Amino acid sequence: MYSVRRWSVRHADGLNWFYNGLEAVLVALAPLWRAIGYERLERPFAFLERNVKGLLFDCKMCGQCVLSSTGMSCSMNCPKNLRNGPCGGVRANGHCEVKPEMRCVWVEAWTGAGRIKGGLDKIAVVQLPVDRRLEGRSSWLKVVRERTEPPKSEAKK
Amino acid sequence: MRFDDEPIAGHALPILPGHTSPGRLERVLRAGGFAITTELAPPDSADPEEVYKRARVFDGYADAINATDGSGANCHMSSLAVCALLTRAGYAPVMQISCRDKNRIAIQGDILGGAAMGVCNMLALSGDGVQSGDHPQSKPVFDLDSLSLLQIATTMRDKGTFQSGRKLTSSPKVFFGAAENPTVAPLEHRASRLAKKIAAGAQFIQTQYVYDMERLRDFMRRVEDLGLLDKVYLLIGVGPFKTAKGAEWMRNNVPGMHVPDALIKRLSGAEDQAKEGRQICVDLIQEARSIKGVHGVHIMAYRQEETVAEIVDRSGVLEGRVPWYPNRDTNIKGNSQ
Repeated sequence: MYSVRRWSVRHADGLNWFYNGLEAVLVALAPLWRAIGYERLERPFAFLERNVKGLLFDCKMCGQCVLSSTGMSCSMNCPKNLRNGPCGGVRANGHCEVKPEMRCVWVEAWTGAGRIKGGLDKIAVVQLPVDRRLEGRSSWLKVVRERTEPPKSEAKK
Repeated sequence: MRFDDEPIAGHALPILPGHTSPGRLERVLRAGGFAITTELAPPDSADPEEVYKRARVFDGYADAINATDGSGANCHMSSLAVCALLTRAGYAPVMQISCRDKNRIAIQGDILGGAAMGVCNMLALSGDGVQSGDHPQSKPVFDLDSLSLLQIATTMRDKGTFQSGRKLTSSPKVFFGAAENPTVAPLEHRASRLAKKIAAGAQFIQTQYVYDMERLRDFMRRVEDLGLLDKVYLLIGVGPFKTAKGAEWMRNNVPGMHVPDALIKRLSGAEDQAKEGRQICVDLIQEARSIKGVHGVHIMAYRQEETVAEIVDRSGVLEGRVPWYPNRDTNIKGNSQ
């Protein structure tokens, strides 16, 4: 929801703090997830993320969440899907070129990043192109696996 | 500026040490010249002569000619094709690549194809939304954004691979650029975004129209504070207004346009508004030139391309230099510059 999404950006620092805690717990539980099997967990995790992040951020389930780098403003809500915005079309009132009634997702992102400790350093990192194969999948499990498993050359299918 | 190693028109110049492309634009910029680029509106036509006709009006006044890629999300001849035609005649085009209409498979193919046809400069753009053009019912692609496009493009050139990692047998020798819009929101973060574009591989920048020199100076101060002045060649976008009414229309309808009220007032108060519009453009060029870190201007004179020559002439920024055009060296005698 738009109003909740904007609330989330206003509370970017708190949400980022909460997420860092959640991530630490999820990573610590990695042996448990491995025992159950990541593929078996995929659907319940994706369901959870779709609902929780859907409510808070209007999450589009790209499967490669970068909210901590974008001031808790979901970049997939940008009509141009920019991962490194804003574009040059931002209106004088800070609204979107394509959807005039909506505040620019990336103006929000830079504002939110300013509220997170170290957020402006993170938003300065160039985000890679989206891997469209991950759409609809859990970002959290992906993070856990990246943090606990040796890197593979190919992205997981 | 006349190069000693000037080839037959349509053939590539040698790549100088430290250069990434065999292009004239890179040469002019690296030699410290104040570069003039301009914009050619691709025709709604399959006739190549229409492209050449549109290029000829810039003869002797432009170091490179941008071929727009479905600008304003309107359908026209493709940028790639316009550029290929221009290189045949020896012109130095800037191929614009918008992320709106093609995915990464098509874009990487175009980069190779463009380079193979002698295109030395390419400009990575997000692209206007489809809602602003003549086919609002079409599917916006946006598989990449301008930064990830730059990263992929420079990887192709510098590492010789596609994004997939698959090897190229010959890499595209291209001077890569990007756009920036220094005078619109969020003003305080525009310089930081420029930093990201440079990090992604942008070597030159052509900005959106700048009509507010105060905002530009402010932007340049931030650019300097970030230590970016010598990391990129900045070309400031300018253009003449024909009428005050037209200026207001553009301000209200073209995405990303910021036009100060004072400028519209100056236009509407003039006896000959078109003439005043050109004078404002000359003033903007001269003022931009006086700002540290500005390496040239990008003149966009949509539907009044014939005014570019006069504007450049009156601005005096070429200082007698005559940019290359077909038959230049047979037309001008004793040009030893």
